[in-house]
Formats: sequence, structure tokens, C-alpha cells
Amino acid sequence: YAYDFVLSFVTMQEVTATSRHYVDRLFDPDPQNVLQGVIDMKNAVIGNNRQKANLIVLGAVPRLLYLLQQSSSSLELRTECAVVLGSLAMGTENNIKSLVDCHIIPALLQGLLCSDLIFIEACLRCLRTVFISPVTPVQLLYTDPTVIPHLMSLLSLSQHTQEYITQIFAHCCKTPEHQTVLFNHGAIQNIAPLLISPSYKVRMQALKCFSVLAYENAQVSMTLVNVLVDGEQLSQVFVRMMQRDKPIEMQLTAAKCLTYMCRAGAIRTDDNCIVLKTLPCLVRMCSKERLLEERVEGAETLAYLMEPDIELQRIASVTDHLVSMLADYFKYPSSVSAITDIKRLDHDLKHAHELRQAAFKLYASLGSNDEDIRKKITETENMMDRIVSGLSESSIKVRLAAVRCLHSLSRSVQQLRTSFHDHAVWKPLMKLLQNAPDEVLVMASSTLCNLLLEFSPSKEPILESGVIELLCSLTQSDSPALRVNGIWALMNMAFQADQKVKVEIVQALGTEQLFRLLSDPDTNVLMKTLGLLRNLLSTRPDMSSHGKQIMQAVTLILEGEHSIEVKEQTLCILANIADGNTAKELIMTNDDMLQKIKYYMGHSNVKLQLAATFCISNLIWNEEDGSQERQDKLREMGFVDILHKLTQASDPNLCDRAKKAMQQYLA
Amino acid sequence: MQCNICSVLSKMAELGAGSLLTGDPAFNYQEHELNERLKRLYPAVNEEETPLPRSWSPKDKYSYIGLSQNNLRVHYKGHGKNHKDAASVRATHPIPAACGIYYFEVKIVSKGRDGYMGIGLSAQGVNMNRLPGWDKHSYGYHGDDGHSFCSSGTGQPYGPTFTTGDVIGCCVNLINNTCFYTKNGHTLSFCPCLSFQPNLYPTVGLQTPGEIVDANFGQQPFVFDIEDYMSEWRAKIHSMIARFPIGERLGDWQAVLQNMVSSYLVHHGYCATAMTFARATETMIQEDQTSIKNRQRIQKLVLAGRVGEAIDATQQLYPGLLEHDPNLLFMLKCRQFVEMVNGTDSEVRCFSARSPKSQDSYPGSPNLSPRHGATNAHLHNTGADSPTCSNGVTPTNKNKSHNKYTGVSSASSSPSSSPSSVNYSESNSTDSTKSQPHSATSNQETSDSEMEIEAEHYSNGVTESSTRIMNGTYKHQEILQADDNSVDDSCSSRQLCGGNQAATERMIQFGRELQALSEQLCRQYGKNATHKKMLQDAFSLLAYSDPWNCPVGQQLDPMQREAICSALNSAILESQNLPKQPPLMLALGQATECVQLMAKVRSGSCSFARVDNFLH
Repeated sequence: YAYDFVLSFVTMQEVTATSRHYVDRLFDPDPQNVLQGVIDMKNAVIGNNRQKANLIVLGAVPRLLYLLQQSSSSLELRTECAVVLGSLAMGTENNIKSLVDCHIIPALLQGLLCSDLIFIEACLRCLRTVFISPVTPVQLLYTDPTVIPHLMSLLSLSQHTQEYITQIFAHCCKTPEHQTVLFNHGAIQNIAPLLISPSYKVRMQALKCFSVLAYENAQVSMTLVNVLVDGEQLSQVFVRMMQRDKPIEMQLTAAKCLTYMCRAGAIRTDDNCIVLKTLPCLVRMCSKERLLEERVEGAETLAYLMEPDIELQRIASVTDHLVSMLADYFKYPSSVSAITDIKRLDHDLKHAHELRQAAFKLYASLGSNDEDIRKKITETENMMDRIVSGLSESSIKVRLAAVRCLHSLSRSVQQLRTSFHDHAVWKPLMKLLQNAPDEVLVMASSTLCNLLLEFSPSKEPILESGVIELLCSLTQSDSPALRVNGIWALMNMAFQADQKVKVEIVQALGTEQLFRLLSDPDTNVLMKTLGLLRNLLSTRPDMSSHGKQIMQAVTLILEGEHSIEVKEQTLCILANIADGNTAKELIMTNDDMLQKIKYYMGHSNVKLQLAATFCISNLIWNEEDGSQERQDKLREMGFVDILHKLTQASDPNLCDRAKKAMQQYLA
Repeated sequence: MQCNICSVLSKMAELGAGSLLTGDPAFNYQEHELNERLKRLYPAVNEEETPLPRSWSPKDKYSYIGLSQNNLRVHYKGHGKNHKDAASVRATHPIPAACGIYYFEVKIVSKGRDGYMGIGLSAQGVNMNRLPGWDKHSYGYHGDDGHSFCSSGTGQPYGPTFTTGDVIGCCVNLINNTCFYTKNGHTLSFCPCLSFQPNLYPTVGLQTPGEIVDANFGQQPFVFDIEDYMSEWRAKIHSMIARFPIGERLGDWQAVLQNMVSSYLVHHGYCATAMTFARATETMIQEDQTSIKNRQRIQKLVLAGRVGEAIDATQQLYPGLLEHDPNLLFMLKCRQFVEMVNGTDSEVRCFSARSPKSQDSYPGSPNLSPRHGATNAHLHNTGADSPTCSNGVTPTNKNKSHNKYTGVSSASSSPSSSPSSVNYSESNSTDSTKSQPHSATSNQETSDSEMEIEAEHYSNGVTESSTRIMNGTYKHQEILQADDNSVDDSCSSRQLCGGNQAATERMIQFGRELQALSEQLCRQYGKNATHKKMLQDAFSLLAYSDPWNCPVGQQLDPMQREAICSALNSAILESQNLPKQPPLMLALGQATECVQLMAKVRSGSCSFARVDNFLH
């Protein structure tokens, strides 16, 4: 053991010594010796990561950069320097970091201004290697505004410049701002002709550029559909690249381009190039024959493509047995690979999470609208078990995708009643809600809303698990989506619930929070809060505790600038109040409120008229105590005339409601 | 005269009416489309052996099935009470294995009462009073439940249901023996049927009144992009071939390939090329150079029609060879006789005080093509149905006069003439020096341009051996000179034995000798039908005043020399203990044969592994 150590120590020493020699030669006063030194260094570092690291440690990089930038250096020397730097960049990520720290990027970009093609190509090759590394901040490409236009102008020089530049663009276009910069500098016009380049690498990188440019970008996508390449529409060029005899990488990337263009609204979802070409191509990418990476990308892209379109979901669901094909995504690492081949096992393990989350995403997208498809998914082997275990996986990506899938399936009444209950999905869901990042919380709470619907058999056990506190805390979140989901779930929970539950909700939420939610800037939150109130006040509410505050809130909303829906909901609350014994008095003694009801009975919107009439109808209902007095008072206030008028209304519901109210007077 | 015109006109009218009767233009167009598409989709299928399905069979159907629209539309005409009223129809032919991948589509015109429709495949003889899939050797995808039936009365959940307006496709992959269906251009994944019988027929079945479906066997573009699917398999098979593992034996392979090339060059006597190749690849050539050159010279003589000289040379260089192979000798002598008739063999050529014209028409030249030019005259008479006749007589005349010059000029301007004549003189044998002065003197009597032609004749005949490449140039020449020849035909040229009396006598004498040889062989080895036929054919030439335009005139075609030339070459090689066939041709032939065999044993990949695809 000790011997080994000594040996490796000696080798290390030797390497350092030779490395130092290489660096020393860079400082030779004779330029010819320097050039020879650089060439020797080039040959020494190829494929030798330790040598590369040594040279970097010994400070070769700043000297190489100096020589590269020096206009007194010969072109040959400058080129060789760029080549060596490119070779150093091919090493480890640490190498790249060191190079970037030495400001290699501005130096190489400066080098591109030279007129010598060989030198430019060497610089670009090195820049490419640096930029495609995940440790390089892409922003460095955009700091100098003259760089992008200059790169565009270099595209015409050679196939090599085309390949390197498009590869840089494809890797460094990460945000909408990047897309805009590239778009504004004519990326589309400059890169489109490269799609029919004789070089496969150039075609491929150009294609990748378009996929990153078009992603969620309507401006780029709209422009792309009108581009002609050699007289052919770009979408047709992409379709050709999806032909089955083309390399998989090319098919997949072309399918991405068309997917993004479609999602950005530039291509209709019923266009043949989507329905008959892109969709089948992406389904093929999910097949067992493809590499794991390809299957992941294929499934994710397909999920994205069909998310908003039920027709595409229906077609995909019957294409190539996609639903059962996806079940295979959960079988990694397979038992076979574990026994036979460690390398394979490692590979499988690495991709297992990615595969699972991609499958969940695709299932979520497939089942987002169609009941039959949801049924098919839940009937897939072990599907619910897989979702349940996915909810508690360590990888956030998998948990998020699993809960998205669960959410999509939870839109089915039938599934809520059957498989969801059978597999007690609420348990892991509740656990997920305890401590999760916001994006997971949004999905999980939204799913919970559906699980709390009154027909859901999971509602009971969830209630018993003490969910109210949790939901109330969600209503205090900074995220509007979480506030909506929290209050929405409470609303669903309160629907036709026991008085006990209602009291629990009111107590847990607190009137203060309730009123805060009633003045929430988000209309959705307001609506759901009103919905909650309405549910709380249904079935003869006892208003002794919070009656006054509630009446205040109702007045406030009816007087404020709100949408018809909000006001309708508020009038419904009032109608519910009017149904309660003691609560009736709260309205009857409030002339202001009665005037408002009268106003809404004569409103131009039928929904509001209906809700207001409903309210009056409750007040004058015969069988209850004091109905006579209330009838009299309201007659005095002119409600009978209004009701009479409403019996002539064109809307049958309103007419009917008014007649029923009038009958109370006649009886 | 008027009458004549009248009758011609009326005849033409009849012809016109006839063509009108057959010609529903839409149908013809569809037929054309179908042929084109089938040829494109299934290039490996030999329709003479295994015809492709093109319609439903009016014979192979249950009585409840009605056919219309060229037997492409199927409708149900039974009671449709229950499954006992089911009815099917098969296509006219089974799917040939050489398709590799076969596809057809059916459009549901009407789902009728209940839409109990099945689309699929079945073998010959399967009960037609059933839907496809219910019985053994029968497979089907059913519209009412979307199930797939694989030789069983109970189906398995497979795909969506289908109904009026849907287009259902059925694809059979004979490479991996799978099948899948499509609906409106979308694949529905592989059918669970595990194995397929050979010789399945496209089949549809219907069961309730009002059900109507239309088949598309290629009459129209398919909704599903089958060509794209095929391209994937073509690429797969090509890459399988390209990536065929050769492992450790890379060096061996290289040696084999080099040997293939080298032996091919040597076989055909491309001496200089073979030497250069050997030098570049640092390989050895088995045969020595003189031997290659000798063979080359003999081949050149045969191809030039100078068979007598070729026989002499063979006997001199390879004594005993022909004596041991009397069949070959007889074949050579027969050919020599033919060449005498032709006027090319040196035994008759030495007699002819040849006129420039006769030399110009020198039939020994491979430039002279098959008979096309000569049959022109017939075309004028018979040609009402031939597209060429529409040009009438005048343009042909124009061609003639024009070609008289082009014929000459093309020859003199041909770049191949000089290098090839050098090539000829390169082979320095006694035989050629014997003939060389002769042709030179005769050339001197002619004009310059004629001489060039002579040179040209030699060059083509001599330098290029019996390969395809030669045929290529050959046709080119033919176009330029065909009419030229036909003009001369009518004049003094192309006379028996070059029109020389002495030569004719020599020929007749030779014929007697040949007859004697035949009889001798007959006594020695017994009767030989092939010999008899050969001799008969050769002698028949004399029975016609214009042997070139007679039913057996084909023999005079210089192309006919190629077979005997390669037979002689092979015999020489065999006598030297060398392979009589170049390994390259052997390998090529074997590969071609293998692919054909694959089609016969129903291995579908043959359709994407055609030898043609790899020859450039």
C-alpha cells in the first residue's frame, strides 16, 4: 500500500516537472521557440486530463491568452494558442471554471474580429466548448452587445463557423430575453438556410437553435411559419426531418420545433403536420426501442404538445398503445439489468427518476380532459400504487409530476369514488402538503380540493386527519394560487357539512382572516371565500355569533365595484341568511339592505334578479314564525309590485320564482 | 387511290372506336396510378410469379357479399340477424413475401345497421361465412368493439371502435412477422397475434345490412404514411448489413476484397489495371502477365468476329485445350461460320477487295447494334399502333440523310479511337501482325474518315470485353449509326461473306467441314441436340436472301459473340487451374440468388436488401 503511494507520488512529481517545462517555454524570448513550445504542449495535453489540470495550475492559461491577444504574435502562434485552450476546455468542469475565471471568453470573442478564418475557427471551437459547459454563465455571451451581430455575420464563412456558432446559440438561449436578442439580430433568416446544409452537424445544430428559439415564444413561432427554405415552408422541412429513416436525434428535435410552434399558436392543433406527423413521431420516441434519454424527452414534449387539446389527447391515447407503453417507464432499473451488468444498472438508475416523472407528466396531460382516457390510465397495471409511491419519492421532480398526474385524474367523479378511495391516495397527499415547495403545494392542494368534494369518499378520513388547520394556513400564503386552493378546499369541505365541521372551519379560520380574504385582490380568492360563506350559511344558519360582521361584509361587497358573479354569490349568501330563523331579523331590520335587494330585483342581469328574488322569497315564506309581519313590511316597501312585474319576465326561472313568492302572499 | 384512303381511314376509325371502348379515362388513370404506386412500394415483387392483390375476388366470397366499383366496394346483402349471417371476401391474390412490408386500407362508407365490420387477413380456404379473426389462420380488427381477433371467437381489447367515415388500414410486416392496424392514419400498435401463416389474403367481413366499405390496394394515396414506415425498415436493414460484425477478421476481409477486385481484372484481361492495382495493394497476381495478355488477345479476336484467328491462337498458345473440349471447339466453329456469313472472319475477309462502303457497314463491328434500325421499314407499314409511326415517313428520311454525316463525324471525333487502337497494337502477337497489315492496306484505299471508323470498330470490339459497360457505349453508337446502316442495307453492303464470290465458296466449304465435324462428334459422343440446333440455326442463315433481316438473323448480332468469348476465356482459365468465373461475379450471383431465395422462403427483409441497391 505504502509502495503504491510512493510510486504515484513520484509520477505526480514527474508530471509536474514536465508540465513546468511546457509553461516555461511559453516565456522563451525567441518567438519560434514559443511556437514550438505551444505545439508541443498541444500534443502533450490531448486526452490527458491530469496534464491539463497541471498546466492550468502552473498558470499556462493567462500566458496563452496573452500570446493569443498580442497582435505582435504570428497568426500561427495565435491559432495554436486557441487550439491548446480549446483542448484544455475539453477537460473537467474545473478546467472550464479556471478558463472562465481567466476571462477567456472576452479574449476569444475579441479574437473573432481577426480576418483569418483558421484562427476564427479555432477561437469558435474553444468558445463552443466553454459555452456548452453547464458551469459557464450563459449571460457572458450577451454582455457585449456587438457579439451577437458579429457571430451572425460569421455564419457565412464556413461549415465549421456555422456548426460552432449555432451550437453556442442553441446552448445559450435560455430565457425570453435571449430569444429576443437573437431574434432581433436576424437569427431566423441567418440560420434557416443552414437547415439544408450538406453537413449533418450544421443541420442538427441549426435545428436545435430553432427549438430553443421557438419555445414559448409566439413572435419567433409566428415568424417561423412564414419562412421559406429553398422554396419550401419551414414546417415542411421539419416534417421531412421527422421521417422515420432520419437519425432519432433529428426526428426528436424537429418534433420539438413543431410542438413549440403549435403551442405558441403558430400552427393549428388540427394541422396535418401536427396530427399525422409530430404526434406519431413523439409517440414513437416513447417506445421501448428508444434510448432512455430519448424516451424522457419524447414523453415530456408530447405531454406539452397535447396539454390544451382534447382531440390530440384522444388520438395519442389510442396510438401505439401509448398508455400501456408508458407503464414500462416505471420498470427501471429492471431486475435483469441489476444482475447482468453494473454499467447498465448505473445507467438505468440515473434515468429512473427522469423516466418516472416524464411518464407521470404524460399521463397527466393525457387524462386532463377525457373521462375514458382517465379510466384507461387508472386501469393500467399498478398505476395508482405507482402514483402513491411517486408522491413520496425523494426527487421533487417526481413528486411534482406524480401529484400533477393525480390532480389530472382527480377531475373524474368516477375515479374519486373508486380508485382514489381504494388506494387511500389522500394519505400521501396529506403528507406531501406538510412540507413541500410551493409548486408542489399548488398541485397537491388543488388535488385536495377535488378530494374534498362532497361525493368523494375520501372526504371523511381527510377531515379526521386535521386538514382544516393546514388549509387555513394556506389561505395566508403569499401565493394567490395557494390562497385560492386553501379557501376552495374549505369551501368544498363546508358544502352540506355538519354544523360541527362548519363551526370548526369558522373557528380555525377566524373572522379576521375571513374578512381579509373578502378584500383579497384576487377575484378567485374572493369568489371562493363567498362560496365558503354561502356554504357555511346554508341550512338555517345561526347568526348569533358573527351576524353583524357578515352583514357588514355583504353590504361592502354589494356596494363595491365587483363583477356580476361576485355580486350573485353575495346575494346567494343573503338568501341563505334569509333562510335562517334568527338571521332573518338581521335583514328585516336593515332597511338599507332591503333597498339593495329591491335594486337587484330590477337589475338587467337575470342571475342577479334571480338571486335577489330568492332572498325575498325566503323572507316571506309562510310556514315560519313572523312571516305575516315580514310580508306586510315588504308589501309596504313595494316588493309585491316588483314580484308581480317579474311574473311576466321572459326568463322562465325568474318568472317561476316570482310566482312562487307571490303565492306566499295569496295563501 | 381514294378508295384506299377511305379504307385506311375507316380502319383508323375502327381502331379509334376500339380504343374508346376500353378507355374510361378515369379508370385508366387509376390503373396507372395503381401500377406506379405498387411498383414504388414493392419493387422486389415479381408480379409474374406472385401477383399483388388489386381488388376483391368475385369468386372467393360468401354469397351475402356484393361487389361493385371494379370489385373494390363491398356491401352486405344478407339478413344480418346474427353472427351466422356474417360474410367475408378475400382479395384476388395473397400477399407476396417479397413485399417485405404490405399495406392496404379500407374506408367505412357506411356502418349499416350495427357496424359489425372486420378488417384483416385470412388464408385461402378459411370459411367465408364468418368475420375475419374468428377462425384458424384468420385475423381481424372489429369495428363494433375495437377488439382484435386472432384465430379465436373471443377478441382481445386492442384499439378504438370504428364507424362511418373512418379509414382503417392493415399493415403486415413480413420481416419480423407482425401486423398492426391503423385508424385514420394513426398506428394502433402491434396486434397481439404472435405468428402469421404464409400466403395471407387481405380480407373484410360484414354482418349487418347497409354496411359498405371501399378498399384501397394502392389505387389512391394511403391516409397512413406507409412509405415513411417502410423507409425506417429499409434504413434498419441497410444498417444491419453495414454493421455486419466482422470482428477480428478485418484484415482477412480486406484481403478478400482486394483479391475480388484483382481477380476480376485479371479474369477479363485488364492487364495494366490489374498490375497497377496489385502494386498499390501490394498483392500478388496468380497468373503471369503473358498469360493474361494472351487471353486478352484471344478475347479481342472473338469479339471482333475473327473467330478463326482466335481458334488458331488458342491452339497455338494452349495446345490440347480445344482437343479436350470438343463442345467448345464446335461452338467456336459454328460461330466462325456465322462470322463468315457476316463477312468478318479473316478466312473470308482476305478474299474481299473491299469497297469503302462494305467496310463502312462492316458488320463485325460491335458498333452495329441489334436489329432496331433494320426493322424500321416494317414499322412504317404496320405501325398504326406504334408511337413511332406518328412521325411518319418524312422525318425518318430526314434522319437518314442527316445521319449519313453524323455517322462519319461521330466516328472520327470519337475520343476513344486513338487510345484503343494503341491498345490493340500493344498486344504484340504474331496473329495480329498478320492481320494488321491487311487491314492497314485496305484502309489506305479508303478515305480518311472511313479509316477512322475502321479504327473505331476495332477499338470498341477489341478493347472492351463482354461487360455491361460495353453495352452502354454500344447503344450510344447505335443511335448515331443505326440509320446509316439501314441506308447502306439497301445498297451494296451487308452481302453474304462481304459479297465476295471466293469467300462464299470458302464459307460453303467450311460449312461442309463443320457438318463433318458434327457428324464425327455425333459418332464419338452420341447425339447432341444443342449442337444440332446450333448447326441448323447457323446454316439457316443461308436460306435467306438477307440473312440480317431474317428470323434467325439474331445470330449475326455482334452481341452474340460475348457468350462464346467468355466460355472460351473460362475454358482457358480452367485449363490453367484458375477459376473459370471471377469470384466477384460469383459472389454477386450468389447474393442475387440468395435474395431471390429469401423471397421464396418468405423472409420479408429481402425486399429491402436488394443487390441493386448496392451496385452503383
